[in-house]
Amino acid sequence: MKLTLKIWRQNGPEEKGEMVDYQVSDISEDMSFLEMIDVLNEGIIDGSIDDKGNYGPVAFDHDCREGICGMCSMYINGEAHGPGRGVTTCQLHMREFNDGETIYIEPWRSKAFPIVKDLVTDRSSFDRIMQAGGYVSVNTSGNTQDGNAIPIPKENADWAFDAATCIGCGACVASCKNSSAMLFVSAKVTQLSLLPQGDVERNRRVKNMVKQMDEEGFGNCTNTGACEVECPKGISLKNIARMNQEYLKASFTTE
Amino acid sequence: MSGFLNRSLVKKYWMAATGLFLCLFLVGHVSGNLQLLIPGYEGKLQFNEYAVFMTTNPAVKVLSYVTYFSILFHVIDGILLTRANKKARPQGYVYNKPQRNSIWSSRNMGILGTIILVFIVFHMQDFWYEYKFGEIPYMVSEQGHPITKSGEVVVDGVINSESAKVMKNGEVAGLAMKDLHEEVMEAFQVPWIVIVYVISMIAIAFHLWHGFSSAFQSIGINHDKYTPIIKKAGYAFAVVIPLLFAIIPVIIYLK
Repeated sequence: MKLTLKIWRQNGPEEKGEMVDYQVSDISEDMSFLEMIDVLNEGIIDGSIDDKGNYGPVAFDHDCREGICGMCSMYINGEAHGPGRGVTTCQLHMREFNDGETIYIEPWRSKAFPIVKDLVTDRSSFDRIMQAGGYVSVNTSGNTQDGNAIPIPKENADWAFDAATCIGCGACVASCKNSSAMLFVSAKVTQLSLLPQGDVERNRRVKNMVKQMDEEGFGNCTNTGACEVECPKGISLKNIARMNQEYLKASFTTE
Repeated sequence: MSGFLNRSLVKKYWMAATGLFLCLFLVGHVSGNLQLLIPGYEGKLQFNEYAVFMTTNPAVKVLSYVTYFSILFHVIDGILLTRANKKARPQGYVYNKPQRNSIWSSRNMGILGTIILVFIVFHMQDFWYEYKFGEIPYMVSEQGHPITKSGEVVVDGVINSESAKVMKNGEVAGLAMKDLHEEVMEAFQVPWIVIVYVISMIAIAFHLWHGFSSAFQSIGINHDKYTPIIKKAGYAFAVVIPLLFAIIPVIIYLK
């Protein structure tokens, strides 16, 4: 396959960025999207691909390359993680594209995800939301009850598990027209508060996590549903409704 | 509630609550309007009596203030949310395909709302202001006698144009009933006014198409069994109510 790539290049957080065109050839349709970028970078390094603007190899986030770590984050052809459904960028294959196609590649765009370099963004705002309440304060004094010994309704276990599949990649924020982090935060709130260990702190958790979410500068949810469609893990909008409900209850029952 | 309007989620609750109240208001409003389609003197009298009831009944007054408050709050809250949402993504995408993951009306609630607000101002000026403060004709019986606000036909009565009172033999018989029906009939003989009303109703239809079910999601209702029903009811509401509103000026114009 031969492709024209239009990639966002930006040297640093404060630098001005621009879209730069690259021509790549000999791309196999069995390659993953990240492998295609690897080919581009090899070409830029050995000089066989014209490095316009002397930006050097394209910087991008990646880690496991098997769709579970949540590191890869590219906005491809106007969609988070590209045209595929239920896949991250690393699991997106070049067979999804046509020979000779032009592909636009941009970083996640959100005030709360500042660009570090090229396609790499700083998503530590998610970490700070987790630190605000996305945990269970378990007492591990040796008397901790075995989790498997506590009866849990099947539905709760299913909902909690579905929510827990969120890998925190930020595709929801990238896709949302308001850069809202509601799908991520609601998945974390749901995953913890539906299980007995997390239940005791549920009021405090939802209030603190929402407070941190607002302070990080994420936008508001307008229920467009874009996040749910683009989420590589299929996290449901139902979680957002549950968080809205939890927050309403917490607002009336605490302080 | 932690902060009357501070938190993103609280703003959404208010948006949903005022929006749902305004949906109820639309039902009441359209039911009243449909009386315009009753033919002849009977319809004219019924509509004008209804207009008196709507402007004098204390319960209706309370409801009307709640309606004004809801509209104002819905607008101000909407502006605050939209501003925060715009700030959350200072730099947009070079290439974006939101139509792949969300419907048009869900992404354009602000624009649709602005059209509706402009329409409300125009509409209030056109009928509400005219009825309350403007000069509009008075209602007369089939024999040409004036009618008081309480519906009493004053045979050989005279309307004092300064005080708007019906006088008979130098005594006050009551306040004269205004002929809003005639005012409406005249307004809808003007093609551009009919067009403005129809276009505005289309904007309301699109606004409701997303807004109705979205309000339920915002207050935390998302249920396997009920949400599909709410969605369908919302689509039906979004089509039927604006359609009923819009056919009234069209029918009057064509008559």
